[in-house]
Amino acid sequence: MEIDPFIFRFSIFILAIFVGYYVVWSVTPSLHTPLMSVTNAISSVIIVGAIIAALAGSSENIFEISSIFGFLAIVLAAVNIFGGFLVTQRMLQMYKKKKKNK
Amino acid sequence: MISANLSAIFYLVSGILFILALRGLSSPETSRQGNLFGILGMIIAITVTFLTVGNFSTSTIYVFIFLLVGGAIGAFIAFKIPMTAMPELVAGFHSLVGLAAVFVAISAFKNPAAFNLGFPGDIKLASLIEMSIGAAVGAITFSGSIIAFLKLRGIMSGSPITFPGQHIVNLLIGISIFVLIYFLCSSQSESFFWSMIAISFLIGVLLIIPIGGADMPVVISMLNSYSGWAAAGIGFTLENTALIITGALVGSSGAILSYIMCKGMNRSFFSVILGGFGGDSSVSKDKKKDQKPVKSGNAEDAAFLLKNASSVIIVPGYGMAVAQAQHALREMVDTLKKNDIKVSYAVHPVAGRMPGHMNVLLAEANVPYDEVFELDDINNDFANTDVAFVIGANDVTNPVAKTDPQSPIFGMPVLDVEKCKSVLFVKRSLSPGYAGVDNELFYRENTMMLFADAKKMTEDIVKNI
Repeated sequence: MEIDPFIFRFSIFILAIFVGYYVVWSVTPSLHTPLMSVTNAISSVIIVGAIIAALAGSSENIFEISSIFGFLAIVLAAVNIFGGFLVTQRMLQMYKKKKKNK
Repeated sequence: MISANLSAIFYLVSGILFILALRGLSSPETSRQGNLFGILGMIIAITVTFLTVGNFSTSTIYVFIFLLVGGAIGAFIAFKIPMTAMPELVAGFHSLVGLAAVFVAISAFKNPAAFNLGFPGDIKLASLIEMSIGAAVGAITFSGSIIAFLKLRGIMSGSPITFPGQHIVNLLIGISIFVLIYFLCSSQSESFFWSMIAISFLIGVLLIIPIGGADMPVVISMLNSYSGWAAAGIGFTLENTALIITGALVGSSGAILSYIMCKGMNRSFFSVILGGFGGDSSVSKDKKKDQKPVKSGNAEDAAFLLKNASSVIIVPGYGMAVAQAQHALREMVDTLKKNDIKVSYAVHPVAGRMPGHMNVLLAEANVPYDEVFELDDINNDFANTDVAFVIGANDVTNPVAKTDPQSPIFGMPVLDVEKCKSVLFVKRSLSPGYAGVDNELFYRENTMMLFADAKKMTEDIVKNI
């Protein structure tokens, strides 16, 4: 009996949920907004699927239905990746500690 | 060009870097480094994908062009967006993740061979189920986030839109999605695929329209979670570890945030989702408020009180964000500090329109984050404080939540501002907050109402100190 590879992926998925659970509870509440924007950016790793789809077009016909949707998804995901990480960085730069020069 | 095993290892690495990115957010000092880990993880994932496909045809050039176009738009938005618009920005970004998931699912459906999933009309059953789930959740995320975006932006009214039989309609549509997936799997027919996506878009809209403006913190967190599950669904389809790990992380992150927000309002997740609560409720309470005397003051009175205090706690709320009063507020606090008055900030978990909304605005106004406290950490201090300065918050200070079991907000954790010697309340009118509950605090002896725009009032107070 061989184990279906799906089960391995499913195990990774379940373990990652647990990791996420503990990691996110340790996020300080004051950083919940950056948390949302950074999770936004990283979930755009879906771009890997978009790239595969876009590159699958044959050389005679770069734009067939499947690759067109791939290209569109690339644009959407890229907006998120750049926008998400940069806006997170911009927010995090603002969090400053009290100056100790009293 | 690189083997599937090697690329799988790299995807695992980028998944771990994403975990570290979230881990970094446990404190502001480590957070910037965490963000860099996230960026690194993304670069690895994208590079590995190019190398794995290894087909550097003309398509590659187009991929780069589209990548840069999207990137430029994203970067432009990231630098231009004012911090007060953060909730709608996040909602907008969620919608993009959702739509991207839908598009990738469509690509996979139309060209399964590219993903090793079989052939059109003969897609592996497991893959078909996974991509359907990814597409359906993605579509719900997209249309739901668009509605949330429109509500937050004020293009659409924040009040709940309800109609008779709404829940039954939603339930039927929800069931029909599963039925369509079933038929899609048994027939591989394209029309089922498209109708399933169309119906998912519809249910996304229907799910969010009945939810009132002030429940938006829960909605945004929930959509955050959905975008993660959509990504995970696609991750299973593509057999991609980075995507599965990320989807799980984002999904659980959004779920935890929804839980925290619900707890901050003492409401069950289901009551929020079913909607119909809150909105622009300023009618029907008019009779009551005329009967009770209210002490109102002007900027001079407030300045006098603040100047003679030795400790002050600021309680910001959504009104501060609307009036963009955070900079004026910081100026006021600076002036107070110069007079040796101890000032701290108290932030309620659901203040504002998204988790952590107030903290970001205060950080933007250069308020050091170690002066900003969470509810549990500061609530005991109100009793030893001279003045509470409530700016744009309402329900989160209402003592009724502790005393009146009949009240809709009973049991919600509130800031004990009434324990201060005096309370200054900056508000435009006496209208109740989103819960539609009159705030008993307005009529207390030690409360002084300052009826004005939050920003203007704060500036006037600074002039008078």
